[in-house]
Amino acid sequence: MKFEVQITIALKEGMLDPEARAIQHALNNLGFATEGLKTANVYCITVDAPTADEARTRATEMCERLLANPVIHDYCIEVAQ
Amino acid sequence: MRFAVVQFGGSNCDRDVHHVLESVCGVDTDLVWYKERLGDRYDAVVIPGGFSYGDYLRAGAIAARTPIMADIIGHAGAGGLVLGICNGAQIGAESGLVEGTFTMNRAPKFICEWVYLRVETADSPFTSAYRKGEVIRIPIAHKEGRFVTSPENLERLERDGHIAFRFCDEQGAVTEESNPNGSLGNITGILGKGQNVLMMMPHPERASENVLGSLDGKRLFDSMIAYIARGE
Repeated sequence: MKFEVQITIALKEGMLDPEARAIQHALNNLGFATEGLKTANVYCITVDAPTADEARTRATEMCERLLANPVIHDYCIEVAQ
Repeated sequence: MRFAVVQFGGSNCDRDVHHVLESVCGVDTDLVWYKERLGDRYDAVVIPGGFSYGDYLRAGAIAARTPIMADIIGHAGAGGLVLGICNGAQIGAESGLVEGTFTMNRAPKFICEWVYLRVETADSPFTSAYRKGEVIRIPIAHKEGRFVTSPENLERLERDGHIAFRFCDEQGAVTEESNPNGSLGNITGILGKGQNVLMMMPHPERASENVLGSLDGKRLFDSMIAYIARGE
C-alpha cells in the first residue's frame, strides 16, 4: 500500500535561526509587522508499506538516520494514504 | 608513514591538503576517492574542505553516510589520526566522530577571512607544536560553521580539555567581537574522545607556506607527523 508521508524538520525551540531572522527583517522592511518567524524543511515521501504504522516507523528511522540532526532538530511526521 | 586525503564529490581543498602534506611537509600522501576502501595502510586520514554533495540537506550530512566513513570511523577507533577541515569537520560531526555540530553562521552568509585562534591545548597529536594559549592566524571560509552542542557536552569538552581552538582577537582575548560566526564559546576546533580526532573549521593548509601569508597552519601537520613518528 502506498502512503504519502510528510516530514517536517525544524530547529529545536530556542535554537538560533539566522535565516528566519533575516527573512523576518526583510518582511518588516516591506511593511509586514511579524511577531515571530521560523523556518522548516518539508520532505514529501511516497512509502510502500503494509500499514500506516509501518510507514510511520520507516519515516521515523529516516529522520533518525539522515534527515534530522538530533543536536539541533525536532521532526514531525504525518502519514496519509 | 602515509597519509590519506579523502575525496568526495564536491571536495575542493583535497589537492591543497595533498600539496602541503607531500610537497611542503614531505610525507607520502594518497588521494582516496570515497568509493574506494581505506584499508589499514594509513597513519592519518584528512577529510578536506569543499561542498560535498552541494551541501544538500545539511553541510556534510550526505558524505557522512557514505561507506568510506565507516572505514574512517574504524580507523579512528583503532587509534589512527583523523583530521576534518571545514566541510571535513562538518562531515566528521555529522558522522558522530565528535559530539556537536557546525550549523548556519549567526549572520547567514559565507565568510572568507583571516582570523585569530587561541590554542586551548598543546596536549594533543594535532597541537603539540603550539604553546597552550598561543595566538595563531589561519583563514576561515564557510557559511555553516557555527559550533553548537548541548550544555552537558560543552561541560565535558571543557573538563576533558577537548577544545583545541577558539576564535580570539590579536591579543588572545576570547570576545564576542572576535567570534565571526557565533560559535558557542567561540569554539572552532574540537577533539574526539580519544584525542586522535580533530574537527576544525579553519583551514590550516591555507596557512602552511610563506607565500600564503602565514605558516601557523603547517605546525598542525607537523604535530601530526611528529606524533606518528614517535609511534605513540
